[in-house]
Amino acid sequence: MNYWPLLGIAIVVVGFARRMNPALVVVVAGIASGLLAGLSIPDLLALLGRAFVSNRFVLILIMTLPTIGLLERAGLRERAHSWIAGLHQLTLARLLIAYLGVRQCLSMLGLIAVAGHPQTVRPLLAPMAEAAAEKIDPALDDEQRDRVKALAAATDNVGLFFGEDVFLAFGAVLLIQGFLSQHGIELDPRSIAIWALPTAIAAFVIHALRIVWFQRSLRRRRKPRVAREADDAAH
Amino acid sequence: MLRIEYVYWACGLLLLAAGAFELRDRRYAQAAFWTILAVCFFGGDAVSAADKAGNALPAQATGIAVIVLAAIAGTGLLLRRPADDGDAPLRRASAQRLGNRLFLPALAIPIVTLILVLLTPYAHVGDFALIDARQSTLVALGTACVIAAGAAMLLTRASVATAFGESTRLLDSLSWAALLPMLLATLGAVFAATGVGEAVAHLVSAAIPTQSRDACVFAYGIGMALFTIIMGNAFAAFPVMTAGIGLPLLVGQHGAHAAVVGSLGMLCGYCGTLLTPMAANFNVVPAALLELRDPNGVIRAQWPTAVLLLATNLVLLDWLAFR
Repeated sequence: MNYWPLLGIAIVVVGFARRMNPALVVVVAGIASGLLAGLSIPDLLALLGRAFVSNRFVLILIMTLPTIGLLERAGLRERAHSWIAGLHQLTLARLLIAYLGVRQCLSMLGLIAVAGHPQTVRPLLAPMAEAAAEKIDPALDDEQRDRVKALAAATDNVGLFFGEDVFLAFGAVLLIQGFLSQHGIELDPRSIAIWALPTAIAAFVIHALRIVWFQRSLRRRRKPRVAREADDAAH
Repeated sequence: MLRIEYVYWACGLLLLAAGAFELRDRRYAQAAFWTILAVCFFGGDAVSAADKAGNALPAQATGIAVIVLAAIAGTGLLLRRPADDGDAPLRRASAQRLGNRLFLPALAIPIVTLILVLLTPYAHVGDFALIDARQSTLVALGTACVIAAGAAMLLTRASVATAFGESTRLLDSLSWAALLPMLLATLGAVFAATGVGEAVAHLVSAAIPTQSRDACVFAYGIGMALFTIIMGNAFAAFPVMTAGIGLPLLVGQHGAHAAVVGSLGMLCGYCGTLLTPMAANFNVVPAALLELRDPNGVIRAQWPTAVLLLATNLVLLDWLAFR
């Protein structure tokens, strides 16, 4: 067995750890792995090019950009913000947990592309989450604001990943079924998908609890400052 | 028929427009970057077709283009434009005027996608299908984006040029992060072709005490997560780890249920996806899209969920696979 191509992994780890430009690190790692595996330069170039064009689908997200750009220019984020600010019952935790549940259910039905970071998180969920967080702490600082937005993005990821595996006719389940059948184990897709259900429930519970926890930490951060300001006013 | 190629051409058009806007602003590195990428999108199908027919030259030229794109990104010339927040009062006034109608084009993207996906099996004239069923989700998403862009232009009374100007602004703020998912998928293909996966599985299976059932469960689950962290993709890790550890040790030697091993193995991999910058489209691109100052901010927000869930998956695997 040729272990030299593993150096490609080492290049990625060192490059990312030293905060070099990720795009450059990734391509250098690919070239190194290819050369160490004994590929000729023309073969390596063809491999790179072939893989690159056959993965164009991951960049389809840019199709959302004109819509989102135009709406942002016309005040979409400001509107999402003031809409949430007016809904008194809607807390940060309720907003994010509801999104998590809906996202998981949609992915379980195979509706994966209907939501996502460019489609729903940047234009809608993130500004709404910010507005909901501002209802807890009107003087939200930039660091807390970033944490709220990051949590919104994380919620989308968790909802997508741990719903998708329960869906029968797409991606993961078919990959598992196909792989096992290549190795002589014939299974019905349903018997694979059913075992993803406990994890889907666990993912919802764990992440929902973390969202509630985050909201409590925002509340706790605010209290001392409010108390201090009240103190200042008293003096 | 609406085919995925048309969506790629639309992406190419958008990238070409970005290149033209950057050239006008004398931002030459950006102009070259988006234009080269646009050419890859327009020529992609010709490259694949020539490659299948035995002519590797276009694929090799694309390989050189990939290296040039990475080199441009690596020079650090892709500086973002200084953020201009001067029109904030204008935006607030427009938000006031348009109200909740502003949500409609944004919501049209998911809703039209959903409708088109559901309609795909029925949308045909005779034997002629209107939407290519093999890629229906991506075709539906692309079409929904075009419809939503039209609606947004009507609503905000903007021209096509303004729409492309706005997409250029957002591409600029994404910068090289926009390209990273494609580059990582390419790296995954190189790793697969050079036997990196087999080498890792070989090393892991040599290091574990195979008689212990718990050690095998642990090695498989953690191995899936770790290898996914390296590859950035659970789908790439799954065949390697399952062929190396899951099937021979868990199913073969210890008699585990193959369905449970497959399902929970993949889910352990997904926990790894939440932890790695290699999964750029889930972790790095959103950080750029949301303009977080920490490029690892999204990973920071989700690692506790990932670790707790990985532990849960290991317990579930140990319990459910050996009933």
